[in-house]
Amino acid sequence: MTTSSFPQPTDRRDRLLFVLCAISTLVVVALLLLLTVSTVLKAVPALPSLTQALTETNWAPLSGQFGMLAMIVGSLTVSLLALSLAAPLALILAAWLALYSPPLLRAPLRTLYELMAGIPSVVYGLWGLILLVPLVNQLAPPGASLLSAAIVVALMILPYGVLLIDSRLQSVPLTARQAALAAGLPRFAMFRAVYWPMTRDGAVKAMVLQFGRAIGETMAVLMVAGNVVALPDSVLAPVRTLTANIALEMGYADDGHRAMLYLSGVLLLLVAMLTMALVRRNP
Amino acid sequence: MRTNKVFMRLQCALVITILAGCSPAPDSLSLTGSSTIAPVMTEIAQHYEAEHKIRIDVQSGGSGRGIQDVRQGLADAGMASRALTPTELAEGLQAHTIAYDGIALIIHSDNPLTELSREQVVALYQGKIDNWSALSLPARPVVIVNKAEGRSTLELFLQEFGLKSEQIKADVVAGENQQVILTVAGNSGAVGYVSIGAALAAESSGATIRTLPLDGIPATTEAIANGSWPLQRPLNLVTRGQPDTDIDALLQYIRHSSDARRLILDYQFVPATN
Repeated sequence: MTTSSFPQPTDRRDRLLFVLCAISTLVVVALLLLLTVSTVLKAVPALPSLTQALTETNWAPLSGQFGMLAMIVGSLTVSLLALSLAAPLALILAAWLALYSPPLLRAPLRTLYELMAGIPSVVYGLWGLILLVPLVNQLAPPGASLLSAAIVVALMILPYGVLLIDSRLQSVPLTARQAALAAGLPRFAMFRAVYWPMTRDGAVKAMVLQFGRAIGETMAVLMVAGNVVALPDSVLAPVRTLTANIALEMGYADDGHRAMLYLSGVLLLLVAMLTMALVRRNP
Repeated sequence: MRTNKVFMRLQCALVITILAGCSPAPDSLSLTGSSTIAPVMTEIAQHYEAEHKIRIDVQSGGSGRGIQDVRQGLADAGMASRALTPTELAEGLQAHTIAYDGIALIIHSDNPLTELSREQVVALYQGKIDNWSALSLPARPVVIVNKAEGRSTLELFLQEFGLKSEQIKADVVAGENQQVILTVAGNSGAVGYVSIGAALAAESSGATIRTLPLDGIPATTEAIANGSWPLQRPLNLVTRGQPDTDIDALLQYIRHSSDARRLILDYQFVPATN
């Protein structure tokens, strides 16, 4: 018999399962490490010009100018605006689903949100390009803009937000709900006094995680953001995000240029890690 | 127990399939590059696969990527919608022309504009004309749609109009031809430029765009075929050194089979005659 703290599985099928699980875990960890290490290594040649990349807005790869500031601002503004559009809406929709909607509608609505979450991003992009961009163009040309990109990304993260907050609301203990009902609280007071305090942290975390998704979104943003490298002077101005830039330029990039694109990949990885850390930090 | 065994067998089968998928299939060709060539190449590849025992992967990503991939050996052939530069030829790359295409300026079909002079094109793309009223048309802000750097359509356009990339004041930067077409189709003040083949194909399938004549010559495949269209370009398959037998067979098929010829014409390109 083994003395390790982890009891070794004895049954044959148990052992097989254990080995399969161990292999899967190792593969995932190894892939993540490999991805991080290789991205960082390929970005190393660009490190000497890191300050230039972070402080300048001139991006002209063919004449050797690699200022990423405008695209960093583009990525951040699109994601933040998308999040500020999606978060309140997600909360309202989830609260309505839990407290106000007719019980018969709940299951079909959840399925609908799940379906929305499953739509490929390029479909959202196409919808944005054909319907949303011309609409925004009526407001102010060119239509392909920070606002269009933020709306499309907001729509993409909205269903995840609703489902995550909804699952939190559903986990409110039955006794707490019954107590609130017995106290004769109206539904809004019930939400404010019982549901919200018990789900607030989870809901905030859910939306912060969506920020990570928003900043990584590529294809849909590429189709509706306009992709002009310049600091946006309004929400109606076109922007280029770091991800759209990688997708547009990785194809033809030569060595120095390619290293700069990898550097922007490292920046995105850092943002993703920071987001995760932020979610994990407070219990 | 019985179902367990079946399940296990299925798992084994799955693992074997995945492992088998890892090793490169012996009879497969990969082509990457120009978004102008990729759509017609995909269809030609489907017909070719049906007749020959070979798989062809076609990926779009711009001519620059096609040349880069073939240079690094990542693709068996690159698709490039431009001639090779002297440097590229000196590296030992070879271009094999499969068809000819041109580049045309496109506008929304609601725009009453009938023609642009070269000076007007230059002024528009430099941002010196920012409203169509400057050309005695109904007032509407001009939206300049440009191609992303590294695209051969951009390079040919800049060369033809004597512009530099940094002089262009773009409102929208697009990658693929289709993105330019969709952007212009959705914006009545927009002007862009794309492959004539892509523009005519989109126009005939009902997209709300219109091609503009250049120097008084209408943008048609005939104008490309007889050489009168000013913005011409060859559509090439690029190989490193002599094409191997598989690529050579594909080239012969593209140049000489009636199926390939019909597909090239369907996509509004001009088949290479040699």
